[in-house]
Amino acid sequence: MDWLNAIVQGILLGGLYALFAAGLSLIFGVMRLVNVAHGDFIVLAAFLALVVTQSTGLHPFMTFIFVIPLMAGLGYALQRGLLNQTLGHAILPPLLVTFGLSVILQNGLLEIFSADNQKMDAGPIETMSLTVAEGLNIGVMPLAVFVIAIGVITSLQWMFYGTALGRAFRATSDNQQIAQLMGLNNRHIFGLAMALALVVVAIAGIFLGMRTSFDPSVGPGRLIFGFEAVIIGGLGNLWGTLIGGILLGVSQNIGAQINPGWQLLAGHLTFLVVLAVRPRGLFPKVDG
Amino acid sequence: MPEPVLLQTHDLVARYGDFQALFGIDFSVSAGEVVAVIGANGAGKSTLMKAIIGLLPSPAGSVLYHAKPIGDLAAHEITHLGMTLVPEGRQLFPSLSVEENLVIGGQMNRPGPWSVAAVYDLFPVLKQRRHQPSTSLSGGQQQMVAIGRALMSNPDLILFDEVSLGLAPIIINDIYAALPRIIEQGMSAVIVEQDISRALAVSDRAYCLQEGRISLEGPSGCLTRAAVNHAYFGV
Repeated sequence: MDWLNAIVQGILLGGLYALFAAGLSLIFGVMRLVNVAHGDFIVLAAFLALVVTQSTGLHPFMTFIFVIPLMAGLGYALQRGLLNQTLGHAILPPLLVTFGLSVILQNGLLEIFSADNQKMDAGPIETMSLTVAEGLNIGVMPLAVFVIAIGVITSLQWMFYGTALGRAFRATSDNQQIAQLMGLNNRHIFGLAMALALVVVAIAGIFLGMRTSFDPSVGPGRLIFGFEAVIIGGLGNLWGTLIGGILLGVSQNIGAQINPGWQLLAGHLTFLVVLAVRPRGLFPKVDG
Repeated sequence: MPEPVLLQTHDLVARYGDFQALFGIDFSVSAGEVVAVIGANGAGKSTLMKAIIGLLPSPAGSVLYHAKPIGDLAAHEITHLGMTLVPEGRQLFPSLSVEENLVIGGQMNRPGPWSVAAVYDLFPVLKQRRHQPSTSLSGGQQQMVAIGRALMSNPDLILFDEVSLGLAPIIINDIYAALPRIIEQGMSAVIVEQDISRALAVSDRAYCLQEGRISLEGPSGCLTRAAVNHAYFGV
């Protein structure tokens, strides 16, 4: 039963990792930009949510009313004002600039909030659980995060394949020059993509802040989990990203079951095995 | 009475880095006119199209459209003014289905006769394949999608860049057979074509480019074979 428990909890943890990863996957898919500061944006969103609950008394769940529009606006402004200038034929400039952003965000947060551990209090829901069977309990909070991750991925999938905006994203991703001939301003499209990615980041940050404690330095760790989930699942495949997140979560929990010190190592080993056996991930998007 | 000038370039130059591809091109298209652009490989035909549509930057006053300077506008702004390009090599969006390729061509919502239904009416074969990935089509069908996608923006001027490139002669005939129906609504067209006799047959006026300069210009019916050969090869 311990093992089953580890697997079930791992699957639910995978939902959080998929939330970390979805925005990363979206940005890479639309504009081939690897955002090294992605994890730090998640932490920024968690701190924003913390400030909102502390100053308004809102339940952490409800902070999305402020955090989502703020992060979306930040994403659009950042893309139009800074990141668009780094996009070109070379892959290095966007990496360097987002790396710089990562450093700025971490140190900015450290300056304002100190290195203390923070956590948002979500109230009784944190300890509520459902008993599925003897010895197998599912926490309501992890389950809620998992359900929301599926909801986010379903929405992104629908947005990509069922709306005019998604069509514009795919066309711009295919061929920027020709997309312009359709009257699409790719700088604006990229701005919208980054705004949408930071909406997902905002959701991930709010749940990060409720599920675990955080401080200004935890961003890069979240980035690694996000990266690994994206790569395991296959680039450009959102459902693959969810599976990747789940595989990572399950591996970590099984590792921890064997020996508590092996939690992170087991996740990284799974990632390396997938990379060695299937370098393009488990479910690579078929591309021309 | 001569038709008003729709598009005019004045001393248009274009460069790729240090390489200068166009030298002082004076080119014009009147409303309702079909203009052919011929010339050897590397003469600058595609470059001229890219410079006109805004994919290559140029000074504002060097391209006038509806008497308005557009040289410094980006391609997405110029297409909103009612000009579009059918790019060389078709360049469909591989992630989009046939129908999505057409729909995205019409996403500017410019009013006019062209709609998805009208494009299917022009190229009926596309209707059966509407939900297929655009890459699954034959070259000729892909070219039909590329033309349909451009028509969907209901432009006043459409630039065709080598639509016959790499296609079988019988398919090329099918594609050119659609041209009268495209221009009968008053649309103007520029046709870049390697096949000189076809270019002269379908156009009102022709330009010949040679090494980035206009080497010959005149009404298509009046250009003699000898003059064209001289302008084409420079011998």
